Amino acid sequence: MVVTKRPTMQTLSTRQLVIDIPHRPDGYPLDLTIEPGQIWGVLGPNGAGKTTLLHTLAGLRAPRAGSLCLDNQPTGTLKRRAFSQQVGLVFQDHQDGFPATVLETALIGRHPWLSPWQMESADDVAMAERALEALDVLHLKDRLVSTLSGGERQRVAIATLMTQAPHTWLLDEPTNHLDLHHQVAVMKLLTERAKAGNAIFMCLHDLNLAARWCDNILLMYPDGEACWGRAERMLVPSALERLYNQDLTTVEVDGAPFFVPKRG
Amino acid sequence: MTRPIGVPLVILALASLLAIGLSVAIGSVALTLTDLGAVLFGDAPALHRTLVLELRLPRTLAAFATGGLLAVAGALMQVLLRNPLADPYVLGLSGGAAVGALLAMLAGLGGLLVSGSAFAGALLSTLMVFGLAHGTGSWTPSRLLLTGVVVAAGWGAVITLMLSISPARELPGMLYWLMGDVSYARTPWPGLVLLTLICLVVIPLGRSLNVLARGPLQAAALGISVRPMEWLIYLLASLLTATAVTMAGSIGFVGLVVPHMLRLVLGNDQRLILPACAFAGGTLLVLADTLARVVIAPEQLPVGVITALLGVPTFLYLLYRSR
Repeated sequence: MVVTKRPTMQTLSTRQLVIDIPHRPDGYPLDLTIEPGQIWGVLGPNGAGKTTLLHTLAGLRAPRAGSLCLDNQPTGTLKRRAFSQQVGLVFQDHQDGFPATVLETALIGRHPWLSPWQMESADDVAMAERALEALDVLHLKDRLVSTLSGGERQRVAIATLMTQAPHTWLLDEPTNHLDLHHQVAVMKLLTERAKAGNAIFMCLHDLNLAARWCDNILLMYPDGEACWGRAERMLVPSALERLYNQDLTTVEVDGAPFFVPKRG
Repeated sequence: MTRPIGVPLVILALASLLAIGLSVAIGSVALTLTDLGAVLFGDAPALHRTLVLELRLPRTLAAFATGGLLAVAGALMQVLLRNPLADPYVLGLSGGAAVGALLAMLAGLGGLLVSGSAFAGALLSTLMVFGLAHGTGSWTPSRLLLTGVVVAAGWGAVITLMLSISPARELPGMLYWLMGDVSYARTPWPGLVLLTLICLVVIPLGRSLNVLARGPLQAAALGISVRPMEWLIYLLASLLTATAVTMAGSIGFVGLVVPHMLRLVLGNDQRLILPACAFAGGTLLVLADTLARVVIAPEQLPVGVITALLGVPTFLYLLYRSR
């Protein structure tokens, strides 16, 4: 029932988009197209505007210039609810207001798909439980979110996005707080979603996760400069050293580059 | 959010009926259940009919409506501010409404204009508190409470000023603006109608409120137009508070105690909590008012004294726990 209501997937793109970071001159305008099946990694030092970019792409803040499009139609005319059926976001930090259980939190993701008069159906609950299962937190479903560890909360947040089931997934450092195993599990899950036709776009701090799992990379420099393209063209040591202002040693592991910061 | 909604509401509705029955039966002339039945279905002595239908029932219903309105207003503000300490009395909404109503009455206006003026007062107070407390970023609890308490104290001073310059013979009838009292309520009907309407409105609005309780950014990411929604809640909370205050003055802490207790038992699905607040808030105030009538009979206490005695410890406990 939920599946049949699904409109066609719409590709998110930007036209000459300049994000609005207070007290910073205009950055390089972005012309990104986040195609189905792609996994984008956004890399950049602290304060380069990665989170601001994600919030702008999610329609939460207005750009300074340029526009956001779904299937080449500007999103300005679109209802918020219709937009959030297409584009969803996992935030970097999670605030709790009132106590809520893990299952209730994931179920919130169904909001854009239900009319005001509808209650969550058994299908919606099943969907939320599948998402919690996929993130390995189903056993916590009756726990209060406020009692979870940082990594568990992060997985609940990703499960909420999975329950929302938008076409384009925006994630702000999805591997934050996660142990090694769950970092890999989340990356695998995102790869599966991309294979199933979703578009993934995430900020990462770990170069090597990006090198291993992303097929497209956007580099954001602190002065607003930006460049993007296929991962193998972007992940070159000289560009990354300039990006982070840090010397790197590059080795090859499993056929992919592996970057290690140099000492001193 | 997946819990059945019907059962708790039926239980609360029954509790409300019981409390109303109790309140009507208790008093200087005690009535039995058969006496009450006789009044409702015809053949009762004229004294009983007058006592119940003209004196006790209107007052009881007014208490019910006032309590319900205040509890729902409190619950709405708590969602808006994501803070369980929000309450129309503590944050100065009740004071603003009382000043609005008093001004209209001193100007010789009546009826709807008094209610409208009370609404304007409550709204002004809301805007002041939230505007001043907002600063940059979100509302921190301490900043919000400080602002609210100071604004409430300001309204209290304005009310005292207006009372001290008004004719002395009118004073006893006006003191209830400071410490709420149901005995001055004229008619319970506007309050009851509004209470019913609000319970119907929150059915389609409830899920959006649940999402909004997760924070404005998360709500926007899930397709809610946050600004219009927040304005709607401001307006509703102000309207409910103003209606309650025009009926019975500034009764405190109902909006704090009732939602808090209900959330402990029922969770935090607004589609359940808000109608539950209407019933439980009404029940609480009916019982408190019954107590206020009998505790030092034949003298009567203002019901606000009783709610404050309940509310202050609750407030302090919440504040202590939120550290």
